[in-house]
Amino acid sequence: MSEEVISTDAVIVGAGPCGLFAVFELGLLDIKCHVVDILDRAGGQCAELYPEKPIYDIPALSIVTGSELTHRLLDQAKPFKAQYHFSQMVSELRKLEDGRFELKTDGGIVFHAKVVVIAAGGGSFQPKKPPIPGIEAYEKTSVFYSVKKMDALRGRDILIVGGGDSALDWTLNLQPLANSLTLLHRRDDFRAAPDSVKKMRELVAAGKMQLKLGQVTGLTGENGVLSSAQVKGNEGPFDIATNAMLPFFGLTMKLGPVAEWGLNLHENLIPVDTAKFESSVPGIFAIGDINSYAGKLKLILSGFHEAALMAQEAFHHIHPGEGLLFQYTTSSSSLQKKLGVA
Amino acid sequence: MAKITFIQHNGSEQTVDGQTGMTVMETAVKNMVPGIDADCGGACACATCHVYVEPGWLEKTGPRNPMEEDMLDFAFDVRDESRLSCQIKVSDALDGLRVKVPEKQF
Repeated sequence: MSEEVISTDAVIVGAGPCGLFAVFELGLLDIKCHVVDILDRAGGQCAELYPEKPIYDIPALSIVTGSELTHRLLDQAKPFKAQYHFSQMVSELRKLEDGRFELKTDGGIVFHAKVVVIAAGGGSFQPKKPPIPGIEAYEKTSVFYSVKKMDALRGRDILIVGGGDSALDWTLNLQPLANSLTLLHRRDDFRAAPDSVKKMRELVAAGKMQLKLGQVTGLTGENGVLSSAQVKGNEGPFDIATNAMLPFFGLTMKLGPVAEWGLNLHENLIPVDTAKFESSVPGIFAIGDINSYAGKLKLILSGFHEAALMAQEAFHHIHPGEGLLFQYTTSSSSLQKKLGVA
Repeated sequence: MAKITFIQHNGSEQTVDGQTGMTVMETAVKNMVPGIDADCGGACACATCHVYVEPGWLEKTGPRNPMEEDMLDFAFDVRDESRLSCQIKVSDALDGLRVKVPEKQF
């Protein structure tokens, strides 16, 4: 299979607030961007950790939710037509002989970019792995934290653990093709969308699946093939026969592949200078929660400032020797043209 | 002010001063108590500050709030005495509070 390479000015790793504002700042300087994020939507922590929670310290917005801030930033950056690649993790980053950078994602996308902006926050969101003794032995064969191909689960005795949207969505999607399906949750209340919960309860009433209450304490099986899960139920222990378990306990932030890109790191953060927000490798920048410098505050507003200064240096990296005229969006007709308002 | 004792999975204990108005999670982070990850910084959005309140203290810390109950779905080995420490506010009434830290916040 030949890999198609996307050539671009800049690749931004992370579609959180800082990554999105970087699209805007780079766009004002005519730098075209592709944005990659491991989540299936924009917003980063604002989308995953606190979409509905109010933020009170965004300048000029006395109150805004994580979700609304994300939408506003996407809207603001819209004139620059960045391309977004979601559900993709940048797994490799290396320098090419011509001075550009090659980035590869776990979904097989390859970029060649003149500059790279790492706006990866606390790293990549990855599924939480419950600390059940011996669970590692079953990962990839009988224990799955996400579903890549539904067909791989056809005809199996599936055990889904959790009570959120992922657990309920996969319960409904996999029930028709499973040999048997059990949903296990620690209580008879679900965070998931009420409609999904209703459908699940209908399936239970029709005898097409089982709902059990309790928490997994142990696993039994052989050679990586699971045969049953031991459960601490509210009324005592019991076993559930299963050869495919899918635990959905939400996501957690892990630094992930950033650590393997040959950048200097300090306590899992990327040290930068405060004039350019450049890493130890010229042309690779770091903004937002993932960078560190004297006086650093992990605030969204700091990330916005960092994006603006980063963009200036990114311009000089892409256009060596060229002068850059400093302009205001209030008065510059050329900036207004780029924004589509002139 | 309240003295708060964090008990690790291996039995080791650490007693620190909690300031009234701060949360038990903030008190743990400020004193570098291991095992309180607090990924989300106190937004009740991650369940990585899960603790087990020791017997006798549950009445004083009060019950879980509904948001916390939902979020505990993301914790492992949830028990009757489980709380998210970002949702427990330090007060004089909690002087002497003892909480156990789970083996792993995962």
